[in-house]
Amino acid sequence: MHYLTDRKRVDGMGAAKSGVHHFWVMKVSSVALLGLIPLFVFTFGPMLGRPYEEVIAYFGRPFPAIVAALTIVVGFRHFKDGVQVLIEDYVHGWMQRALIIATILLSYTATAVGLFAIARIAL
Amino acid sequence: MADVNRGNRPLSPHLTIYRPQLTSITSILTRITGNALLLAALLIVWWFLAAATSPEYFALADAVITSWFGDLVMFLSLWALWYHTLAGVRHLIWDNAKMLELDAATKLGWAVIVGSVLLTLLTVAVI
Repeated sequence: MHYLTDRKRVDGMGAAKSGVHHFWVMKVSSVALLGLIPLFVFTFGPMLGRPYEEVIAYFGRPFPAIVAALTIVVGFRHFKDGVQVLIEDYVHGWMQRALIIATILLSYTATAVGLFAIARIAL
Repeated sequence: MADVNRGNRPLSPHLTIYRPQLTSITSILTRITGNALLLAALLIVWWFLAAATSPEYFALADAVITSWFGDLVMFLSLWALWYHTLAGVRHLIWDNAKMLELDAATKLGWAVIVGSVLLTLLTVAVI
């Protein structure tokens, strides 16, 4: 045991296993979304119900396209980590793991679809 | 294990026991709004995918999202988005161990409720 430091022996041994990592990523994504959400609401919002050509031209511009892409990436990351806590609170056992995995897969899929669509419109 | 009694322990008071308070209701709403936003988020991703696919597909997605039901979902989601955003700001404040006193927390709760309604109306008026 002499070769292990005190830090090494307690690392990952607490109830939380990963310490404050989850708290920290939620905090970072929430701060990011604080800036992204108003930008997205006021760029995406006016485009709802507009003609096809106008929507394609608008999201062909760098700013609206990058804001939309960032909001989708960070938003679904935030969603993935947030729903995990909801599931951990109310569902237990293997069903808990299954639902968390399903949420993660759904979030990654929605992110990929959104990024693909915006890239195709913008490029 | 030191704790062999795992199934029959006294639990701390929970939702069904506590009287509803502004602080608890606004906290629960934070969770509900955050998770309910999935519906609007998936609709928006679908709308982008349709726009990237063809004019015909876009017409379908745009018709769904601007139908009366789509409008209702987007309007409620807009409020949910502003509510969740302001509630998030509240958590960022609390993270610094500030405004945790009951009267301050109550004020923050009202600020989140009133602020989310005002921001929703403002957004609808501007867009």
